[in-house]
Amino acid sequence: MTTVRKNQATLSADEKRAFVNAVLELKRTGIYDRYVNAHNWFLMNDDDFEDRIGHRGPSFLPWHRRFLLDFESALQRIDKNVSLPYWDWTQDRTPNSSLWASDFMGGTRRGRDGQVLDGPFGAQNGKWVLTVGVLTVGVDRRSYLRRGLGSGTPQLPTRADVDSVLAMPVYDMAPWNSSSNGFRNHLEGWRGINLHNRVHVWVGGQMTSAASPNDPVFWLHHAFIDKLWAEWQAKNPKSGYLPATRTAHVVDLNSVLSPWNNVTPADMLDHHRFYTFDTEAGGQQRY
Amino acid sequence: MNMITRRQALGLGSGVAAAIGLAACSSKPSSAPAAGASGAPGAAGPSGAPVALPTGTIDETYQGHRIQITVGTGGHHGVGMPVVKIDGNELHIMRNADNSWVTVVNHYETFPDPISAARAAVRELQGADLVPFTPKEAKL
Ligand SMILES: [Cu+2]
Ligand SMILES: [Cu+2]
Repeated sequence: MTTVRKNQATLSADEKRAFVNAVLELKRTGIYDRYVNAHNWFLMNDDDFEDRIGHRGPSFLPWHRRFLLDFESALQRIDKNVSLPYWDWTQDRTPNSSLWASDFMGGTRRGRDGQVLDGPFGAQNGKWVLTVGVLTVGVDRRSYLRRGLGSGTPQLPTRADVDSVLAMPVYDMAPWNSSSNGFRNHLEGWRGINLHNRVHVWVGGQMTSAASPNDPVFWLHHAFIDKLWAEWQAKNPKSGYLPATRTAHVVDLNSVLSPWNNVTPADMLDHHRFYTFDTEAGGQQRY
Repeated sequence: MNMITRRQALGLGSGVAAAIGLAACSSKPSSAPAAGASGAPGAAGPSGAPVALPTGTIDETYQGHRIQITVGTGGHHGVGMPVVKIDGNELHIMRNADNSWVTVVNHYETFPDPISAARAAVRELQGADLVPFTPKEAKL
């Protein structure tokens, strides 16, 4: 059965409940925190002047595609009907969006330092503790989920912002880092209009930190970034992943991605091998 | 991926001395190129002669919290990087190719120098203590 990734705004109450329950189950069993730790480790080590794998380099997109696939299959081991929803922040762009309602991500009610006070991931529900101690998954001692929802930066990117980046024909270019010109770096947001990074800052709280998957909206945000990569590919069929050949400090088309070490960017280019989006014609059809 | 040892090429770019914002910085880097800007693959690290380390430090109280910045001899991202502490706990900080800075607290936002990055972290922490950098190499 092909996984179909849907816009979160279209999910039924049952679909939201199933997703939330699967995430909470991964949290309860400790599996979730492995993803937080892995992301933190990569984000802290990805460096403009040294090796970079998950961020600020060309493999930002294939690395996160593989990371999301890994997480999605963990969810599907809990509930085979669950898939990762995506958050189209060009459409659902206010703190009043149903995304933040107490039956889904929560956060419509927040305390003084942004503490989420409602929903499945609020501290009041008792199921979302950012552990400190043996395995620390946060960057500070606060154990509860926080968000700013617009306090860090006022506006989410617009569709026009997105389109301006999708129009960039070259995937990435030297120096293959946060100062590069090209599609990848403008999508990631170190340069120009800033899409991906800006959304992390807009959400605020844990989403601004290196341990950003501590906020489950991380997955919905990155599922949309992943979709934008697919949209860019469809718009620029002659443009491929770069660099195509060995290049210092970065993962070229045919080199393996850590921590899996058995998958390359080339293996990640066609998302249809793994899932489709609800916007694609013939959503369920393969090849 | 090229197997050049991480940190091998890491000298001290002119940006470090300049961006740390120390007025008393004694030596003027003359020949070190702007790190990363020239950008040939493999030459992204600063390749010019290392510049002298600034000898001053910052020690200030900001919104009731102590910020200390020194230039370290180690640290997570290499020799010569600033070491930033907030209320005595280390704040992980990293330099970007354009000589701006990110920290572990604000990792998707850049700041012109370490002290502005540290002040942003104080505002975000609101008195909470930082925890040490503990992630283990990722296994999924
Ligand atoms: Cu990431
Ligand atoms: Cu991200």
